Amino acid sequence: MNKIIKTAYIFIVFFIFQQLPSAAEVNIYSARKEALIKPLLVKFSEKTGIEVNLITGKADTFIKRLEIEGKNTPADILLTVDAARLVRAKEKGLFQEINSEVLNKTIPERLRDINNHWFGLSLRSRVIVFSPERVEAEDLTDYMSLSDTKWRGRICVRSSSNIYNQSLVASMIVHYGIDETEIWAKSLVKNFARQPKGGDRDQIKAVAIGVCDIALVNNYYLAGMLDSGQEDEVSFAMKTKLFWPGQDKYGAHINISGVGVTRHSKNKKRAIQLLEYLVTNEAQEWYSNVNYEYSVNPKIKNTGVLERWGAFVSDNINLSLLGKHNSDAVLLMDRAGWK
Amino acid sequence: MNNAIEIRELSLSIEDRSILNNISFNLGEIDIACLLGPSGCGKTSLLRCIAGFEKPNKGEVLIKGVITSNPNHYIPVEERNIGMVFQDYVLFPHMCVSENIIFGLKNLQQKRIKQRLDELIELLDLGDQINKFPHQLSGGQQQRVALARAMAPRPGVLLLDEPFASLDIELREQLAHELRSILKQDGITTIMVTHNQLEAFAMADVIGVMRDGKLRQWDTAFNLYHIPKTLDVADFVGEGVFISGEVINNKEVKTDIGNIKGYVPDNLTKGEKVRVLIRPDDILHDDDSEITAVVISKAFRGAEFLYTLEMKNGLHVQSLVPSHHDHPINEPIGIKLEIDHLVIFAD
Amino acid sequence: MTFKKFSESFYSKLNFKLSNFNLALVLLSLFFCIPLIIICGSLFFPAKDVWTHLFDTVLVDYIFNSFALLIGVGFFSLILGVIPAWLISMYKFPMSRYLEWAILLPMSMPAYIIAYSYTGAFDAAGPVQETIRELTGWGYHDYWFPEVRSLGGAMAMLSFVLYPYIYLLTRASFTEQSVCVLEVSRTLGCNSVDAFRRVALPLARPAIIVGLSLVLMETLADYGTVQYFGVSAFTTGIFRTWFGMDNSLVAAQLSAVLLLFVAVFLYLERRSRTQLAFHHTSSRYSPLLKQKLIGTHAFFAFVVCFIPLLLGFIIPASFLFDWAISAYSGVFNKDFYILLLNTLMLAFVTALLALVVALFLGYTNRNSYSFINKFLVRFVSMGYAIPGTVIAVGVLIPFAWFDSRLDDFLKLHFNISSGLLISGTLFILVFAYLVRFLTIPINIVEAALGKIKPEMDEIAKTNGLSHINIVKRIHMPIMRGSLLTALLLVFVDVLKELPATLILRPFNFNTLAVRTFELANEERLADAAIPALAIVLAGIIPVIMISNSISRSRPGYE
Repeated sequence: MNKIIKTAYIFIVFFIFQQLPSAAEVNIYSARKEALIKPLLVKFSEKTGIEVNLITGKADTFIKRLEIEGKNTPADILLTVDAARLVRAKEKGLFQEINSEVLNKTIPERLRDINNHWFGLSLRSRVIVFSPERVEAEDLTDYMSLSDTKWRGRICVRSSSNIYNQSLVASMIVHYGIDETEIWAKSLVKNFARQPKGGDRDQIKAVAIGVCDIALVNNYYLAGMLDSGQEDEVSFAMKTKLFWPGQDKYGAHINISGVGVTRHSKNKKRAIQLLEYLVTNEAQEWYSNVNYEYSVNPKIKNTGVLERWGAFVSDNINLSLLGKHNSDAVLLMDRAGWK
Repeated sequence: MNNAIEIRELSLSIEDRSILNNISFNLGEIDIACLLGPSGCGKTSLLRCIAGFEKPNKGEVLIKGVITSNPNHYIPVEERNIGMVFQDYVLFPHMCVSENIIFGLKNLQQKRIKQRLDELIELLDLGDQINKFPHQLSGGQQQRVALARAMAPRPGVLLLDEPFASLDIELREQLAHELRSILKQDGITTIMVTHNQLEAFAMADVIGVMRDGKLRQWDTAFNLYHIPKTLDVADFVGEGVFISGEVINNKEVKTDIGNIKGYVPDNLTKGEKVRVLIRPDDILHDDDSEITAVVISKAFRGAEFLYTLEMKNGLHVQSLVPSHHDHPINEPIGIKLEIDHLVIFAD
Repeated sequence: MTFKKFSESFYSKLNFKLSNFNLALVLLSLFFCIPLIIICGSLFFPAKDVWTHLFDTVLVDYIFNSFALLIGVGFFSLILGVIPAWLISMYKFPMSRYLEWAILLPMSMPAYIIAYSYTGAFDAAGPVQETIRELTGWGYHDYWFPEVRSLGGAMAMLSFVLYPYIYLLTRASFTEQSVCVLEVSRTLGCNSVDAFRRVALPLARPAIIVGLSLVLMETLADYGTVQYFGVSAFTTGIFRTWFGMDNSLVAAQLSAVLLLFVAVFLYLERRSRTQLAFHHTSSRYSPLLKQKLIGTHAFFAFVVCFIPLLLGFIIPASFLFDWAISAYSGVFNKDFYILLLNTLMLAFVTALLALVVALFLGYTNRNSYSFINKFLVRFVSMGYAIPGTVIAVGVLIPFAWFDSRLDDFLKLHFNISSGLLISGTLFILVFAYLVRFLTIPINIVEAALGKIKPEMDEIAKTNGLSHINIVKRIHMPIMRGSLLTALLLVFVDVLKELPATLILRPFNFNTLAVRTFELANEERLADAAIPALAIVLAGIIPVIMISNSISRSRPGYE
């Protein structure tokens, strides 16, 4: 028994000290999945010799953690998959101002923070996916119309706890105000085919099977399924079609994945280096293509499925508004009964 | 048939080891029997066969005239209507005393159950204990509860496995008497197992002496003591020594302490060498006697001394003498042989 | 002079001897109570607006769903756990020797994995319903099929995975009951069913209640399953309030409410245990001769014991296996092995530490009559029901505070920066695990110690044995079965733990659980299958060990 305890001690000490950070590196808290960012970081390390350390997780968790860690945080960069969280991080004073010509030149103004606290890296849209067998494309117009009673029991969408839905509702608050959006949300909920469950891919599958006729999803999920090479996924995806909502109005709702440098970063210079690398053409091409997103750099062309889908009118509100109205959106969704 | 228990040629082997060998006896209703023997003689196994926990390889067990065990037929334990008290009582810890006692009374009306409970509580003097739990009781109280529980359903036979083993020594004999009168009062046939003779003598109407899986003798205590049938019964029951002797005729045997008159079994011929049992009460202290023996050791027993004496020819005998005759060691005392029952075995 | 007298009388009233042991116990317990204290402390800060909003909208759901889960999971896991425990303890029937340990297999499956698995298999888009539609030509709305992702589904998933706790403890209790009790009941006219109902079951009740309270506390703490199924329960609510609404105060208060439920269970459990303060029913043991079943009885017994195994392990594992094979290539590389090693070492070290702490607390408590000691240990063992997320932050706050104070101090006086000495390392993760998982070893050690009569300690002391030696040479060998059980349960739990690991893990440190969760939530179930299976496999061997150690530690066996 003693021997076991002794060996355990050795291991625990070994593991603890294995974790001590070393020099010449950059540390990232990433809400974006590892596979969608790590290879790029590896390339960066190869090029510059700077080690990049990555933890993945939920943005909310990281924001909490950054708050608590305060000035002792080891993180240099926070990478999120939506704008509202970037805004929240900024509001909590977790970012710092970055003055980089490269970043400012490459990224359009509405896709970065006005005070240069955060920067978008890729674009995605929340679209309507429908079953061509049961829905005529002519019946679809925009998000507002989804509250119409003709859609009763025919809509699938994921839970209100998901940030993509929260940002969509936030954007509607910006365009229509709280009261109207709440009325819309209440009727929308009545149109649900089932209680929200699963992720966006589940909603697509639900449409394919016939559980519902339309769904609200991020477009890259559909693209991913079509391209997956897996029989089931492809066949499900093929039973649906994409519709760009609101093309006659203010356009389809868009969101970004983005980054900011933490206020107490110990490796600010290297962090900026990494950020600037991430907006190079080579990086942007990989970063957006790997997840079927659009590059923030309008000059970068789309390939594959995205190319086939073509251009679309996108909502051009300033994305910081998504953050500003996030808590309104959450409370509203609660009141509407959107689970 | 008024036999409560009949055992016929019962044999039991476990994994090629013989535990019980051709055992037969009968026990009448309301009688108390005791299986007596040293550890490992098979008495507990016999008890368990009667209970039904073991199945015999040969022979039969009959309870109240019904065959409960034989190689072809077996009635499960729970249908035999037996009562059993285990050596460590094994009361149900999660029930209080009264619940323990009435556990086996299932198919009776409430009134009857209460009646029987009251009877037993009075019989076994458990009035103050009714609502206590087993861990709150003393050893003796636990024993009485275990008894009451076993007796409550009026079983055809009550089986007791070393009931006094967990109790204080001084109490045992007295408790044995009390137990006997309780059992007689309730009118219940009982078989008890013990290795302690005094308990057996106090409790039983009939005792079965067992050794190595065989039943040596099934008889009253008095007969076992005075008319043991085999050498090992004689050796086991009571105290005494064997001295060598020679048959003179069918009424007399010659020994080193004198000639003894008594019944000589027919199968012993003149001149045959025999072993004669001399019990401590066969040797009396007689100051007037010509025969003397030297006191080698003595054991004080309160009312008596048990003297171990050495005769002139080196023979050792024992004598039970009233204790006011306090003779020191190495002192010679006069002794007289007075044997009422001659107990002899072929050598 | 007067203060001394006062403190002496104070201590004597509390029966608290200021010995080294007692002091160490107090300090250690308080240390582990830190997260709990922080959470309970949150109740002192009012937050009316948020609570009004919660009350108007989701609070009722949280309460209702949590209650429903408790009742459903409690009921099903009792059935799945107790009946097979009895059958296997008492009877021999086809395959009973294998079922004995096989029935524990679901314990190696985290609840969320079995949730993903059943969803992937039985959901509208899954192979089972696909096949039904293909074979019959029906559309989705033409037939009824139970919805996996629902409250009922969550009940089922949790029951399938949690019943082994009840089975384990109940079986240990049945096996440890003196066979004499059952023989006695037979002499009093009980057949097997009666004996089970009137004697064996009541005697096993403390064990069953302990198992049940563990199950219910696990249920309250589950996050992965209810989140995936869209059931709004307290845990999802806490998560949402904490992160989504960014209100840590209210989230901590919600956690405190959750703890109220836990306290109720704990109280019930303790009360029933003291009411039935058992020592063994008899210190004589005879080997338990299992009755052999034949015919329909045997078949029935086999089926009853096989079903839990089927539902909790065979079905989900087969699907996982199937998916794993399709995603096989490209998984087994260096990263995967590092992942595996990390996970195993972390689990092992934590389990060992937990056992040591539990032994210390149990032993010290045993010898003291102090109300303080008992209360503190009780408090420590409540960590189990707190959701991992909640503990993680309850742990992060104080340690980050400590780290930055230390850093300031060192900078000021020695001009060196310590950075995040503790909060960035594995230490904080292990600590969080200990806070959460100490309940099991504490309960088990306490139950096992309760069976050793205090007289044994006294005999040992008169023979001059020191405290450590009493534990090492007397208690531990007797409790070996229970100790191994405790070690194993903690090991498997750490393997499966998710939310705290997600939050607290240091840089570049991943576990299999984290990997599986990420992949599943990305709806890449096929890829998730392999790390999931790795967790399950790692968790299987301990399961087998546990079963063997139970049968061997029963006195009288062999």
